[in-house]
Amino acid sequence: MSFNNLESLYRQVIMDHYKNPRNRGVLEGDALTVDMNNPTCGDRIQLQLQVEDGVVKDAKFEGEGCSISMSSASMMTQAIKGNTVTDALKMSKLFSEMMLGEDIESDIELGDAEALSGVSQFPARIKCATLAWKAMEKGVNDK
Amino acid sequence: MDVKAIRQMFPILDQEVNGHKLVYLDSSATSQKPISVIEAVENYYRFDNANVHRGVHTLGSRATDQYEGAREKVRRFINARSTGEVIFNRGTTTGINSVALSYAHANLQPGDEILITPMEHHSNIIPWQQTAKATGATLNYVPLQDDGTVALEDYQKLVTDKTKIVAIAHVSNVLGTINPIKEIAKIAHSKGAILVVDGAQGVPHMKVDVQDLDCDFYAFSGHKMLAPTGIGVLYGKRELLENMEPVEFGGEMIDFVSLQDSTWKELPWKFEGGTPIIAGAIGLAAAIDFLEDVGMDNILDHEQKLADYVMERLRTVEDIKVYGPEHRAALVTFNLGDVHPHDVATALDSYGIAVRAGHHCAQPLMKWLNVTATARASFYLYNTEDDVEKFVDGLLKTKEFFGHVF
Repeated sequence: MSFNNLESLYRQVIMDHYKNPRNRGVLEGDALTVDMNNPTCGDRIQLQLQVEDGVVKDAKFEGEGCSISMSSASMMTQAIKGNTVTDALKMSKLFSEMMLGEDIESDIELGDAEALSGVSQFPARIKCATLAWKAMEKGVNDK
Repeated sequence: MDVKAIRQMFPILDQEVNGHKLVYLDSSATSQKPISVIEAVENYYRFDNANVHRGVHTLGSRATDQYEGAREKVRRFINARSTGEVIFNRGTTTGINSVALSYAHANLQPGDEILITPMEHHSNIIPWQQTAKATGATLNYVPLQDDGTVALEDYQKLVTDKTKIVAIAHVSNVLGTINPIKEIAKIAHSKGAILVVDGAQGVPHMKVDVQDLDCDFYAFSGHKMLAPTGIGVLYGKRELLENMEPVEFGGEMIDFVSLQDSTWKELPWKFEGGTPIIAGAIGLAAAIDFLEDVGMDNILDHEQKLADYVMERLRTVEDIKVYGPEHRAALVTFNLGDVHPHDVATALDSYGIAVRAGHHCAQPLMKWLNVTATARASFYLYNTEDDVEKFVDGLLKTKEFFGHVF
């Protein structure tokens, strides 16, 4: 049996983040909190960011959703932690371009999140992958 | 009923999706359209297009005849007493909202009660929430039994002299529950309440006789019964409609207009402000012709067999959880082990099988089921046992795939 089509979407690293999410939980102390959901499908995320001097010191998330939305949240928090807010926003832009199927070339690396590039072939799932990134953008922009 | 011949009337079904023959199992979201409906709409635009009720010219008469002919066809199809009781609109959502905005806002006051169920689609919940907020009435829910049905004894207890409106789906879009409308109507009327029925999942699949059901309002959508999107029907009893104010004001719906005041046309036109959905109504008439040629009883019988068959076949799938009663309309809402329903739907799509995933516009029901989302396969007259086999096979492959990548 061939799973080629599906395997281009559900890469091993994605399923690993889904099964063993990084940065899942709640931040102690002062943190920016953003709640965001995807009303068409019910996916829901609460993202917390601890930003000091323009740098994302810590990031954690809670939520419910499909493997794409939850693994993306895990990968996103991993990617932005320790980076400046400016770079985090650049990453988000880069990620959105990747979802549109554009070749991304940048000196900034998305890390594991690059494994989600296959989502661009599944238009109905792009919103799942971008949910966590949109939450991050909202959090730092509203600050 | 010759399903093979029926399928040939639906050109869209004859295609490959992701390298597999399309298996369309999302008719509860919207049905596919037969050639006769597509051609009826096309011919109207090619040969007869004009505005209705005003043109002295020939095309205007043709368009008006077809539009009003469609209304008479709907009247006969649901057995309304008169065409004045058949209002064309945009769909079920618009129908229920019209009853809420016009009838309910004018007739309810603090202390009055509205009674609905947790199995309702959002379009049969939110209009009543808004009505309660606007009038001071209270919104109450009839509890669901463990199998996702309602108990008439509960209605007998909960419908009181304070109850003014009872609203319920004819068929649940998630659980497939077929509700006892006639019996609920009797209970509602015994206390002076009216019954509003969300018929979106009812009319497409079974013979509906609004006089026999004795409901006061019955709303449904064309696009779930082979007609185009954008056309729907609100049936209402004449004595209620006569005393209701229009919701929209403008052209087409007036009798006389002076500087400070206006009077309305008679039923049903006072509820059809603006240029109506002429092509949609003509498409709906063609859809009714198609359904009646096949026969509503044959359709129900075919779907009941498919429902029984899919329930039987799903019993062989390990780790599947099917929601709703054993006796049901031809739809199954389910979860497959730990695999999220969106992932199930994406996997099935990769095998050419179209199902819906999400909350199905029924968040309170998802809460009652204690899930955040589910997947749903829904069947119609053009689906076959072979579709069921492909669906079950797709589920097994999906299980294997996610078992393999986890």
